[in-house]
Amino acid sequence: MTRIARTAGATALLIALVATPLSLATATATATATAAAPRASLTDVESDLMCTECREPLPVAQSPEADAERSYIRLLIAQGETKSQILKNMVAQYGTSVLGKPPAHGFNLTVYMIPPAILAAGAAILAFTLPRWRRRTRAAARAPAASVPALDPADAQRLEQELSQFRG
Amino acid sequence: MRRFAIPAVAVSVAAGLLALLAFGVAHQGTSSSIDAKVARGDYPVAPGAHMQMPILGSSGRESLVDLRGKVVVINVFASWCGPCATEAPILEQEQRQLVKHDATVLGVTYLDNSSDSEQFVHQHGITYPVVRDVSGNFVRGFGATGVPETYVINRQGQVVALRREQLAGNWLQQTMTRILAQSA
Repeated sequence: MTRIARTAGATALLIALVATPLSLATATATATATAAAPRASLTDVESDLMCTECREPLPVAQSPEADAERSYIRLLIAQGETKSQILKNMVAQYGTSVLGKPPAHGFNLTVYMIPPAILAAGAAILAFTLPRWRRRTRAAARAPAASVPALDPADAQRLEQELSQFRG
Repeated sequence: MRRFAIPAVAVSVAAGLLALLAFGVAHQGTSSSIDAKVARGDYPVAPGAHMQMPILGSSGRESLVDLRGKVVVINVFASWCGPCATEAPILEQEQRQLVKHDATVLGVTYLDNSSDSEQFVHQHGITYPVVRDVSGNFVRGFGATGVPETYVINRQGQVVALRREQLAGNWLQQTMTRILAQSA
């Protein structure tokens, strides 16, 4: 066997040794995920949905349209659909307005971007202004001691007399 | 100059948020401008005429433009809506007259799932075409606030009459007689 052939054989063996456990692991993970997909429940699914007509969260909505949505969800659960499949189906039937959380694209993106942006801006403003306020406060605390005008001799004498009474 | 920088940024951010809020509210769109124009006789062009909507129970799509030249009675309904069920026979009866005058009812399901809508159509023996407005964009263009609502579109594609409640009495019959006479 030539050196090249030996190297090729060793490489193939190495690939087989690495690939087999990997493919087995992938297959096992897929099977586990499929088997472990939890059965959807009405309570769980409706908590992510809205009554599109009354514009209320579906769990609290009491209207003919909300009842129709709930019976449709029950039908989909009975058909064995998972929660994500049911949510997709509901969007296909009722549009994106049926979702409790709007999808993160287009104008709806602002819902997800503005609150963190405001928090970040607030933190940045605090980070910028707090040290300045602290510097100013410290400077102000030091400044009066330096800038207090000296008492004139008459006042100083009177102060000293009054203080001496307290000293006994 | 620097002491104004932070207030200026804060004011700009607040103004931006207000503008965003105004934009969002303006695009919620339940405008009553169509009602006012129709009442004045200044008939507006039907909104969303090019919007292709899936035909109920079919893989095809249809828009108002496909019905251009016809008088169209758009009826927005949902299977769970009691008043819609009550007015369905009135619409079906009217449809039988309209087909003789190059006119049609066009049912538009809104806030409804297709299987319930199909069952509704079957139960009420509806023969006119029915499309599904899944996104609600078509009916929102008319300022719809719920179901049922009915809009009448003339042969020029203008909204010439509308009713934002259940059809009652002979409103539809009288309206269609007038509009068909005008467009004959």
